Amino acid sequence: MSKKINEDLLNERKKCTFDMQELTHVIDCGEQNTMKRKFIDDYILNIKELWDDVPEEYLSHKERYENAIRKAFIILRCLREFNSSSMQVSEHRTPTNIYSIQDGIFRNVNPLLIHVGLFWSAIAAQASADQQAEWLKADSKMIGTYAQTELGHGSHLRGIETTATFDPETDEFVLNTPKLTSYKWWPGGLGKTANSCLVMAQLCINGTCHGLHIFLVQIRDYDTHEPLPGIKVGEIGPKMGFNTADNGFLGFDNCRIPRSNMLMKNVQVLRDGTYVKPKHNKLAYGSMVLTRVMLITDLANQLSRAATIAVRYSAVRHQSQIKSDEPECQILDYVSQQHKLFICLASSHAFRVVGLWMWNTHRMVTADIHQGNMEQLPELHSLACCLKAVCSRDATSLVEQCRLACGGHGYLLSSNLPQIYNYTAAAITYEGEYTVLMLQTARYLMKSWKNALEHEPLPANVAFLGAYIKRNYEQWQSSPEGIINGFKDIAAGKIKTSYDTLQRHLRNGLDPEEAWNLSSIQLTDASEVYTRSLLCELFWRDTKQTCNTVSINLAVVLEQLGELYLVYWALEKHGDLLLYSTISRNDIELLQSRYGELLALIRPNAVGLVDAFDIRDEVLSSTLGAYDGRVYERMMEEASKSPLNAEVVNESFRKYIRPVLLKNKM
Amino acid sequence: MAKINEDLNREREKCSFNVKELTILMDGGPEKTKERKERENFMISKRDTYAGIPEDYLSYKEQYEKAVKKSVIVFGLVRRLQEEGKTTIHNYRDVLGNLLRASDVSTGFPLALHYIMFMPAIINQGTDEQTARWLPRAWDCNIIGSYAQTELGHGTFIRGLETTATYDPITKEFVLNSPTLTSYKWWGGGLGQTANYSIVVAQLYTKGECLGVHSFIVQVRDEETHMPLPGIKIGDIGSKLALNGINNGFLGFNNYRVPRNQMLMKHAQVLEDGTYVKSRNPKLNYGAMVFVRVVIAFDMANYLSKAATISVRYSAVRRQCQSKAGEQESQVLDYLTQQHKLLPAVAACYALKITANKLWDTFNTVNEELLAGNLQRLPEIHALACCLKAISTYDTATFIETCRLACGGHGYMHSSNLPTTYSSAVAACTYEGDNTVLLLQTARFLAKTWQEIDNETGKLTPTVEYLKTTKSKGFSHKWLNTTDNIVYGFEVVSMRKIASCVQNMQKRVASGMTFEDAWNMSSIQLVAAAEAHCRVIILSTFNSEIKELTKTTSPELKRVLSQLVDLYSVYWALEKLSDLLQYTTINHEDVDGLRSWYEDLLTQLRPNAVGLVDAFDLKDEMLNSTLGSYDGRAYERLMEAALKSPLNSEPVNHTFHKYLKPFMRGKL
Repeated sequence: MSKKINEDLLNERKKCTFDMQELTHVIDCGEQNTMKRKFIDDYILNIKELWDDVPEEYLSHKERYENAIRKAFIILRCLREFNSSSMQVSEHRTPTNIYSIQDGIFRNVNPLLIHVGLFWSAIAAQASADQQAEWLKADSKMIGTYAQTELGHGSHLRGIETTATFDPETDEFVLNTPKLTSYKWWPGGLGKTANSCLVMAQLCINGTCHGLHIFLVQIRDYDTHEPLPGIKVGEIGPKMGFNTADNGFLGFDNCRIPRSNMLMKNVQVLRDGTYVKPKHNKLAYGSMVLTRVMLITDLANQLSRAATIAVRYSAVRHQSQIKSDEPECQILDYVSQQHKLFICLASSHAFRVVGLWMWNTHRMVTADIHQGNMEQLPELHSLACCLKAVCSRDATSLVEQCRLACGGHGYLLSSNLPQIYNYTAAAITYEGEYTVLMLQTARYLMKSWKNALEHEPLPANVAFLGAYIKRNYEQWQSSPEGIINGFKDIAAGKIKTSYDTLQRHLRNGLDPEEAWNLSSIQLTDASEVYTRSLLCELFWRDTKQTCNTVSINLAVVLEQLGELYLVYWALEKHGDLLLYSTISRNDIELLQSRYGELLALIRPNAVGLVDAFDIRDEVLSSTLGAYDGRVYERMMEEASKSPLNAEVVNESFRKYIRPVLLKNKM
Repeated sequence: MAKINEDLNREREKCSFNVKELTILMDGGPEKTKERKERENFMISKRDTYAGIPEDYLSYKEQYEKAVKKSVIVFGLVRRLQEEGKTTIHNYRDVLGNLLRASDVSTGFPLALHYIMFMPAIINQGTDEQTARWLPRAWDCNIIGSYAQTELGHGTFIRGLETTATYDPITKEFVLNSPTLTSYKWWGGGLGQTANYSIVVAQLYTKGECLGVHSFIVQVRDEETHMPLPGIKIGDIGSKLALNGINNGFLGFNNYRVPRNQMLMKHAQVLEDGTYVKSRNPKLNYGAMVFVRVVIAFDMANYLSKAATISVRYSAVRRQCQSKAGEQESQVLDYLTQQHKLLPAVAACYALKITANKLWDTFNTVNEELLAGNLQRLPEIHALACCLKAISTYDTATFIETCRLACGGHGYMHSSNLPTTYSSAVAACTYEGDNTVLLLQTARFLAKTWQEIDNETGKLTPTVEYLKTTKSKGFSHKWLNTTDNIVYGFEVVSMRKIASCVQNMQKRVASGMTFEDAWNMSSIQLVAAAEAHCRVIILSTFNSEIKELTKTTSPELKRVLSQLVDLYSVYWALEKLSDLLQYTTINHEDVDGLRSWYEDLLTQLRPNAVGLVDAFDLKDEMLNSTLGSYDGRAYERLMEAALKSPLNSEPVNHTFHKYLKPFMRGKL
């Protein structure tokens, strides 16, 4: 790389007051992980076939899929090499960024994502030992996916219509898609790629429905790949993003599978049709919770990509003068630009911290479950719901904020910001739609409030409800701890208000469902602010701990980021603070000036902070965000890759335009 | 005719007002409705000629080629209207608006800028002679033009443009140059491969002096062969979030010469000897900018009504979860949280459309004054157009995305048309002036007005008059939960915000900071103040116009429209509760009251939700959505659309043999 680095970026990097590498190691959870990530990056970057001459966005829908499949198998081979048993032990499902190089290779998404990420682990979690022994063989011919959502049913699982009826005569299940709305719809890799599928269906035995169960169904011939008889399968068409994910539909017409293809670790159907219930009906929650937990870390990674691009570009871009006699200034110097970007930096760290915390919590609770202790499952579930919901929503709007902060150039796909937005935005609705999840947490909060009123013991994360009932208001303090307490006051206040609303509707004679519906705006609101209080507290607690273990220069910067996050949200929610805490109007003005000070303090380290995310140019895949800041050169280079520029005159001139020009001359 | 979905039938029976009456009211009379429908049907009549595989499946290049083909057909129809005398140079914008709304423009038109920017620039900035020479050729499409202003390195800050046009008195020509990479023109629509002419905005140099930016008519490609002319470097800027058929291009000059009479000289002139004659009024050009921004507000209302129609109809069709055990699953539209997402968006369509209409009238009045030499209201109208463009684009993008998300995963499908509607609308947040920059321009006007408010003896111009009335009345009015009072509350918020910004800046300046630094330090608050001002304008206009309009409507329609205004104002009061609590006398009890009023309004409007979107009268061909069509056959259409995927036209894709099978055998 002999090309010169942009002067402005060089200056920014000189100004940086902390050791970027030290922060990188914090982000990666240790130097070893950083090394491992870099090793994988280098390994994969050396495979020339993985890099496209013509960027993917110029291809047709079909060509994109074909190109992605080509690359997916190369990646799959690499994964095997990194970890010979990785087909089963999906080690990279721990929250990590060490495989983030894939984001650069698939500017969309790996069509084998579900095969690698979910198929095998679902079998490991739900199949009996015998089944695992048979299916998890190294020479398995299965390319799999997981089909749950239907055309007519998503978040409401019980409404799923696909049926699996036991036929005792042949010892088989007969799968059927009774209606158009019961077609499976959305699974990644289902359209053209997978030959096997884990299918969620209503189990029917002797006319009795036993609810949803999982079945392993072969859908295509291993040898010819033709769909098997009784199977209707195809892809669902173009989407905002995930266009190489090969999302598919699947319908069954009396498709028969052996009884042994129902996943029977926790539940069984015996030869005579006897149904053996699971020991605990919540055991199936596990993998849903896990996916939501993993997602938070991924959202942090996506946000750090967007923030890196937008911050570097804002250091390189000059526009307008602050003072008329001076040269045009870097747009990063505008306070309004800092206001858009620095919260993205802070949020990325917050989500990373919370993702890791959730992962550890999940591990502990799962260990308890294996000991037969289910006590903490409801709390874990409620945490995973609201954190997934709020983080996905925040990350998405912050990514879009980064994109818009780059002006018109952020609209170009070569900036990669549109793709990051489209990818992130999907997370608001998949794996549980935002509002549905918030209301699930709200249900937990209503129970907790009732317990608090009855002085029952409360789990740690809702313990503040008990304190709220007993406590007198404290004098407002504009410290981070004061803000966290303020958020707890809002949360408790809103939980109380929505509980009272709910009770009032019930007293007025509404049935519970109607009362719940009429209170639901307030309930989602209460869940949201509860989640904010969690995010603020967890992030700040982690920041304080981390600051004790790192060098003083880094600690100062991390503390600024943590405080910025808290003050930003206090200002965003200052109406709620006025209603539910003892904050005064004057305190709010003081917070505003503190916010301004924090922006100014962070400004010199902004580029250092994104450099510390240590995202390679190939992973950023952005003309605006590359390390060297050669923004305009790259934009022109990328534009020249447009197939329209490969010819001086496009044939549509001759076909369509010229006749118009000529016709009117005559 | 396929059957109409039962749920939608029931919704339509429930509607308490006459949908047609509302449509006619919004169109501005039965004649206008008839005209609009005729044009829309005319446009739709040609759709078969460019049907085929949906754009989403095509490659980038194929999308462009299809967009050119479409353009030629669509604008052929425009020409037919011209020939039949149904459109003239004076009303063609109106006609075009209807036409573009009616045609399926998922990727945009490479010829759009020819009509929207190229011709208007000639009309507004050309001398009579220049107009006579160029306009008929452009009108007949003998030449196809683009508009090149923005550069790779400069957008909103026009003074920073780097392209130069240096006058050479010997040959009586201008010499155009792109001195740096950053000075390449970038973004011009149709500029890449389609246009053969362009308006180019460049820094004028004559007699060694730089005289600022001026416009030139520049030929970029040969009229016969379409080859780029010597000295011109031109091409496509690559793929974007959406609008990939527009063919945005780049353009660079290397000593490229154009004759002197191709500088547009209605306002400023360069004489043969190179003498520069100043424009009588350099601000006259503001008019065109204001105009474009008002048009954007109309576009936004259009985009949003599409998204609202799609998501409301789908929410009536989609059933999810049982509210009560044993009953059928509920329509998602029955969930209060869903109403909370959709009904404010529906109200916003009406609010934006009505505000844009009003601004349009104001603009025309001011424009007449301008032409008569009266520039008094120019700063005001400029400030108004700036903030309205910013807030209408921002709100529209946000509401569309809310509508999209309200459709769950299916809103992520392109076939719902919601992703494209969002991506197309959100582009307006950054084009024609970045929203933050525009809001700061409005703030500059407000701050100036505020500083002079006590010196001003007479009345202030109408849109800022409230600053004075709220100031003199003092801050301590009694809060009431009514729409009139909410409007007043917003006026107080806006006034207090501006006052607080000015005060903070003065403090900073007094402490030794330069004015510019103080301005920058206050910019977050300034942006918020400009937004608050714009909220006042939209809320008060919507409120007063609906009162006016409903004087002559049926009582049923009047009731619904008043509910809509109330919903819109309470929605924004709750959204901006922080400001109201900070600056007005609203208390906790009032807030609780607002919340239950809001919930009541949602419940009251619920039965009319489908009627309110039906009244937008958007034909299925215009919605282009599997989820939102009039008949509500959402699932059937989703499947039909999926089956059009070229991947589904073969049972096994060839990659199986190439990659998958070898991999399964361990050979890859």
